[in-house]
Amino acid sequence: MRSRLDSLLDALLPVFATFAALGVGAIMLFILRVSPVEAYGALWEGAFGSTNAMAETLVKATPLLLVGLGICIAFRASVINIGGEGQMIIGGILATQIGLTFTDWPGWLVIFAAMVAGFLGGALWGGIPGFLKAYFRVNEILSTVMMNAIAVQVMNYMLRGPMIDPAQAEKASKIPQTARLLEAFRLPRWAPTRLHAGFLIAVVLAILVYILLWRTTLGYRIRAVGQNPHAARYGGIRVRRHIVTALLLSGAFAGLAGAIQVYGVNYRMITDGSASGFTGSAGFNGIVAALFGQLHPIGTIPASIFFGALLVGANKMQRVVQIPSALITALNGLVVIFVVSSEIWRRRRQRQRLSRDETDDAPPSIAENINTSKEEGSA
Amino acid sequence: MTPELVIIGILTSGIRLATPYLYAAIGETFGQRSGVLNLGVDGQMLLGAFAGFYVAFTTGSLELGLLAAILVGAVMGLAMAFVTVNLQAEQGISGIGFYLFGLGMSELLFKMLLGTVETVKGFPSLHIPFLGDIPVLGEIFFQHNVMVYGAFLLVPVAWFVLNKTTLGLKIHSVGENPEAADSLGVSVARIRYFTIILGGILSGVAGASLSIALLNVFQQNMTSGLGFIAVALVYFGAWRPWGVLAGALLFSMVNSLQLWMQVLNIPIPTEIAIMLPYILTIVVLVITVSRVRSPSALTKPFDRGE
Repeated sequence: MRSRLDSLLDALLPVFATFAALGVGAIMLFILRVSPVEAYGALWEGAFGSTNAMAETLVKATPLLLVGLGICIAFRASVINIGGEGQMIIGGILATQIGLTFTDWPGWLVIFAAMVAGFLGGALWGGIPGFLKAYFRVNEILSTVMMNAIAVQVMNYMLRGPMIDPAQAEKASKIPQTARLLEAFRLPRWAPTRLHAGFLIAVVLAILVYILLWRTTLGYRIRAVGQNPHAARYGGIRVRRHIVTALLLSGAFAGLAGAIQVYGVNYRMITDGSASGFTGSAGFNGIVAALFGQLHPIGTIPASIFFGALLVGANKMQRVVQIPSALITALNGLVVIFVVSSEIWRRRRQRQRLSRDETDDAPPSIAENINTSKEEGSA
Repeated sequence: MTPELVIIGILTSGIRLATPYLYAAIGETFGQRSGVLNLGVDGQMLLGAFAGFYVAFTTGSLELGLLAAILVGAVMGLAMAFVTVNLQAEQGISGIGFYLFGLGMSELLFKMLLGTVETVKGFPSLHIPFLGDIPVLGEIFFQHNVMVYGAFLLVPVAWFVLNKTTLGLKIHSVGENPEAADSLGVSVARIRYFTIILGGILSGVAGASLSIALLNVFQQNMTSGLGFIAVALVYFGAWRPWGVLAGALLFSMVNSLQLWMQVLNIPIPTEIAIMLPYILTIVVLVITVSRVRSPSALTKPFDRGE
């Protein structure tokens, strides 16, 4: 009974954290002389007020969910992947190239090949930091940040050069964008809204990631590496290989998010020179969603919808009460801070039931074994 | 333009551009030496840049602007210290939280309080007597504004404090073995509060160096990830101020080179030039990490177990 109460409290922690963040946001609004009730009312209205609003919320939730799934896998292995932005970009570039190259292929084949290309592109971009962490002890937080910066330049170079829309190449303005994908290559839409099949793909994948992590040997090993690398090695698990695998998979989901962004929403790639111009910061916000979903693939589904709603609602809020949507970015930051700060209570309760059997699948308390790379290298 | 002038131009702006990297990365060095990874530097920089710019713009006083940036940085540092020291939150993730907060907050305030991109007259160049008159070298090193000199002076000061003072010894011991430091009567919490707040202040100053000394404007996300590079520079420099200086100069010189290549219309894709220092950082991390040891307690919260 008590452990059920415990896990209920654990699950509610992020909810409390969010209310705290919204509370701080209300104070900020108050200081800016805007009625918090009116602002949050507009936010709700913008996110859920109509069929179209709800569809937009799910459109925004899709990349968050996909990136978040990757984050779940990485964090379960105690690996921090901050490279979602770059992985999305590389996935998007490769997927777009497929659609621009094989114009005589049937639509379903191009879409399938593009999704695979996006998956592989993200896997490459996540796999490199994974390899460097496992075999050269390079901190993955830093290498993924570097890989983000490199990916942005790759994107800018490709869209200004080799991949530029032939129509733009002739003009003086030379807007850095690719040609539009053929009609046949676009993910099916639920007309008249912009909701596309990518959301469905993401939900199905969330279930598959759950199965992967808790019903397969690979998932068991990834989690074992995350919980205690020394014990995992003692148990015959190749720790380094699974660190690479975790980051590879993590990047792959972000890459797929990039591919779906192109084939479901934009139908082309265009750059304003920054990563967020393409990703909408989903590479970062996906981390927020995954944390909010307790690093559980299924929990990440409602978490992504929630943050998707915040992003969509922010636009409405901007129109109605003239509060810049950047408020939501700031609130997302507060949610992250509050969620990781509230972990201390979870850890305390975990310590209290130390003697009880360790069958619960609470995520490895992130703080405890993140810095394991050092010992691994010397082993 | 003669080749000599171009080379002088590249080196001069390279020195200038090292300024924000130096402030931010030296601040981060203090934090990491005491065992705390602050990944929110970029957010702190953005808020510092905005505060500095806004106060300088409205009051007309650059000194007040700088003071505002220092205060904002200190408050952000204080919050970070509370979260990582008292609440023992995971440092990498909470850093991302602080980054997002700074990113969103600075844009929000910019749009609500300024609305459009304005400019200020930043700190003027300070021609140092005698040294500034030396041909070539004087132009490259001694005709900058006060924020640039401050950044370069910070390096020997940080080296001295970290290596030659009791405070530096305490910071080192807290970062290497907090349990031992605690048993010797060093307050781990107090030292970490000090280094994190100092890091916040220097990040704020780094932001202000952009908005009221180098670029003299504020724009949303004007750092474009510079704070993350500063964190990497600490690893790059192996937690030593002189190493950080070398890394900062590498980045700023390549940046300056790339800017000049654009000016001179040299047909090398600028994207590749911008990319180079990042690739180089990864390579250097691969080489140095196996030789240099990070502070043992880095990213590990300290629990006295009361």
